Amino acid sequence: MLTLTLILVPAIAALLLPLLKGQGNKYAAFAAALAQLAVALYAVSQFDPAAGTQFAFDYPWVASLGVHFSGGMDGISMLLVLLTAILVPLIILSTFGHSYENPNAFYALILVMESALIGVFTAQDAFLFYLFWEAALVPVYFLAGVWGGEKRIAITFKFFIYTVFGSLFMLLALVYLYFQTPGTHSSAIQDIYAVALDPATQSWVFWALFIAFAIKMPIFPFHTWQPDTYTESPAPATMLLSGIMLKMGIYGVIRWLLPIVPVGVAQWGTTVVILSVIGIIYGSVIAIQQKDIKRLFAYSSFAHVGLMCAGVFSLTLKGMQGAVVQMLAHGINIVGLFFIVEIIQRRMRTRDLDRMGGITQNSPALTVFFMVLMLGSVALPLTNGFVGEFLLLAGVYEFNHWYGAVAGLTIILGAVYMLRMFQFVMFGEQSNWTGKFADVTLAESAVLIPLVAMVFWMGIAPGAFLQMTEPAVKQILELAASRR
Amino acid sequence: MLSLIILSVSGIAVLFLGFLKSRWILMPATMLLLLAALLVTCLDWNNAAPYVGGFENMMAVDNISVAFSGIILLSALLIIPLSRYHASQPNAQPAEYYAILLFSLVGALMMVSYENLIMLFVGIEILSISMYILTGSDKDNLRSGEAAIKYFLMGAFATGILLFGVALLYGATGGFSVSVIAGYIQSNAGNLPPMLYLGLTLLLVGILFKLSVAPFHFWTPDVYDGAPSVFTAFMSTIVKTAGFAALYKILSASFVDIYDFWWVSLATMSVLTLVMGNITAVYQSSFKRMLAYSSISHAGYLLLAVTAFNDKSQTAIIFYSLAYALATITAFGVLILVEQTGTDKYDSFNGLAKREPMLALVNTVAMCSLAGMPLTAGFFGKLFIFSSAVERGMVWMLVIAVLMSAVGFYYYFRVIIAMYMRPVNDDAGTVRAEVEVSGLYKTVLMLTAILTLMLGIMPDVISRLF
Repeated sequence: MLTLTLILVPAIAALLLPLLKGQGNKYAAFAAALAQLAVALYAVSQFDPAAGTQFAFDYPWVASLGVHFSGGMDGISMLLVLLTAILVPLIILSTFGHSYENPNAFYALILVMESALIGVFTAQDAFLFYLFWEAALVPVYFLAGVWGGEKRIAITFKFFIYTVFGSLFMLLALVYLYFQTPGTHSSAIQDIYAVALDPATQSWVFWALFIAFAIKMPIFPFHTWQPDTYTESPAPATMLLSGIMLKMGIYGVIRWLLPIVPVGVAQWGTTVVILSVIGIIYGSVIAIQQKDIKRLFAYSSFAHVGLMCAGVFSLTLKGMQGAVVQMLAHGINIVGLFFIVEIIQRRMRTRDLDRMGGITQNSPALTVFFMVLMLGSVALPLTNGFVGEFLLLAGVYEFNHWYGAVAGLTIILGAVYMLRMFQFVMFGEQSNWTGKFADVTLAESAVLIPLVAMVFWMGIAPGAFLQMTEPAVKQILELAASRR
Repeated sequence: MLSLIILSVSGIAVLFLGFLKSRWILMPATMLLLLAALLVTCLDWNNAAPYVGGFENMMAVDNISVAFSGIILLSALLIIPLSRYHASQPNAQPAEYYAILLFSLVGALMMVSYENLIMLFVGIEILSISMYILTGSDKDNLRSGEAAIKYFLMGAFATGILLFGVALLYGATGGFSVSVIAGYIQSNAGNLPPMLYLGLTLLLVGILFKLSVAPFHFWTPDVYDGAPSVFTAFMSTIVKTAGFAALYKILSASFVDIYDFWWVSLATMSVLTLVMGNITAVYQSSFKRMLAYSSISHAGYLLLAVTAFNDKSQTAIIFYSLAYALATITAFGVLILVEQTGTDKYDSFNGLAKREPMLALVNTVAMCSLAGMPLTAGFFGKLFIFSSAVERGMVWMLVIAVLMSAVGFYYYFRVIIAMYMRPVNDDAGTVRAEVEVSGLYKTVLMLTAILTLMLGIMPDVISRLF
């Protein structure tokens, strides 16, 4: 029931929000997101990692097709639900310094998005999963397309069509799998897990599913929508896209790909790891050359997700655990970094590296926050990024030494583009634009402090997070291995 | 079956009502009569017994035909209020207009519940001739006249082919009744005469022409574009539904045993229709023309379900027809309003969300449903159709259908982009006159949008019936 509550709270809040008049809606949305966080934290406190899928609900939905409205959480779902519940209030809080046109719709869409994301992470039925998967796309598309930058229409449309294209293939694969279930057919996840396909079929089902996930993440060469969309979207949409939505792809691979077509994964896993590694290097190299900070972070996000994907496809416990923990860490870091971009942009009306410099002189607090988040992103020990990346690289190394070695370059390249950017923005001479740069406000600190605290907490004591997900990760790996 | 009589009588009654001075009474009267026909049709549900052997075995009632009749009458009931602007034009003749609408429904109902090919032919003719007249009813508009002539010439040609097919079937089997034909095919399996195959082919061509299935679709865009928007809504919902009902009926009642003969050609045409309809729709700059091509592409999806021809197809066709009709009526309803002050181009929709948030919202629901977005009726419609196709093992056709759905998202979302993301462009700074929208009109649009969402959340309401 807790899972259902988590799906319903933001959805109901989103429906009620348009009834409010005036500017009260941002506070109402924030209150709803906080209530959601409280429910999520309560769920975490009641969560037993060893108990498998819990807080389950299950109602018959489309009886004629055997489709159920059912969900539940194991460790991986729990962690991602927690990530969503932590980030959404912070994302809403981050908009307090800016007033968006038509705020009712704006905040309602963010809350609908949260509901759909929780649905994706908890669905236990193939069609329900697909439904939430698509439902998560629409709000973010409107957020980006209506409130985005100048070139938003063409760019977000490309993003939309690209992802819809991918998800329709997923639908095709799911319908096919559904018809392979025995008897009157069922789309429950256990029944889909029980479907045995011959290797040739597994191969195409693998690609039909993987393309959907690869576009969402995105993995090289399906990434062309990503830098533009991240850059043109308004800050909250970029945060939702990079902080949470990107994880839908990784989650999809873990839950809806590895155990379903294990032979296909074994056959194509190496290809995917190679594509991921190419993405890591490619994204990092391009990031080094960026002048626009938001674009730079977009490419860094692309590089990071490549490593996560490689870790998952290494099919090792370390790699998978690393990917799961890194999903949380990356979500926190990238949302923080995009918020700092937004802070800079609000004050300077530009994101151009060349016009910056010397910001640190007027704004010590911002410097500290920025520094911590950046170091988390380059995976310095004692920050959250280190735990995830270390495990990921260990996993990929175990899979294949060479790929591991090449992927390891991500740490060096990441340090190069991040430190270079940091130096250009914060240090050096003050420019005409940064002379009167004001330090972070109270409301802005209220967003950044929790994020920075999470960076350290996960970096110093990652045990709690690792324990939460380990049984679930093991279970998925064992299930996949037993069906190979 | 009583509904046929009600409709025929009410058509004549409405004609006489036209003599009255107070013409406002025509629309409510027509709607009331239609509502009565709809209710009477619903009473026939699970109640086929009184009709067995009736009408000299020319007509039959079963739950399928009741369902299709229900969809047709419901669509008509929803479209009538949308004709407000058309019927109130200075040179309009509302009485004749409503009467012809009612007569055309008689034809549509005959097409869904015939037992005899003669009745099929008569039904198609009644429907078609009404449509020719209505298409040309915008008398001062040249394009309307052009559309009517095109439709008439092509339609008459197709009817001829259909009739030829019926004659050949009669020659081969010695009967017009669907059961006689089925019996002949069963008893002569293995050495059926070529005349039968030729007859079936010509019959199918005749019906598929009416359904604007590629390669018989060339008349559709011009006719749909030229006709007043209300009739385009009428043609693309009611004629389609009746046509698919007729197609499914003849195939399931008479030609089940020679499935191997006809499925290949239907499958080919289905794929062709999907590709032609969707790809051409992308290149349209007019919303109305896009809807014309989209109606071609939806015929392709429906034909996919007919081709699959298993226990799932029936539900799929009925559900999809309903979902498609609801969404199309909404879209045309919005288009008619937008046309009052603008054109039928996408540009006219720019910034609609700011001027008329309600219209933009219902149109978004309609577009999402036509595209097949989850939580709308269109999604389950597609899912049911895809399911029936997978069950038949038509995976490759399905891949094409899925690809074409992705293309569909492209052109349906263009109008959503125009409504929500583009600024209002008032040409040369003139502010457009606001259209006054009547309460009934708004109610219809809301109702169709809500029904679309309801069917998207609870598809079992329909699918459990069969």
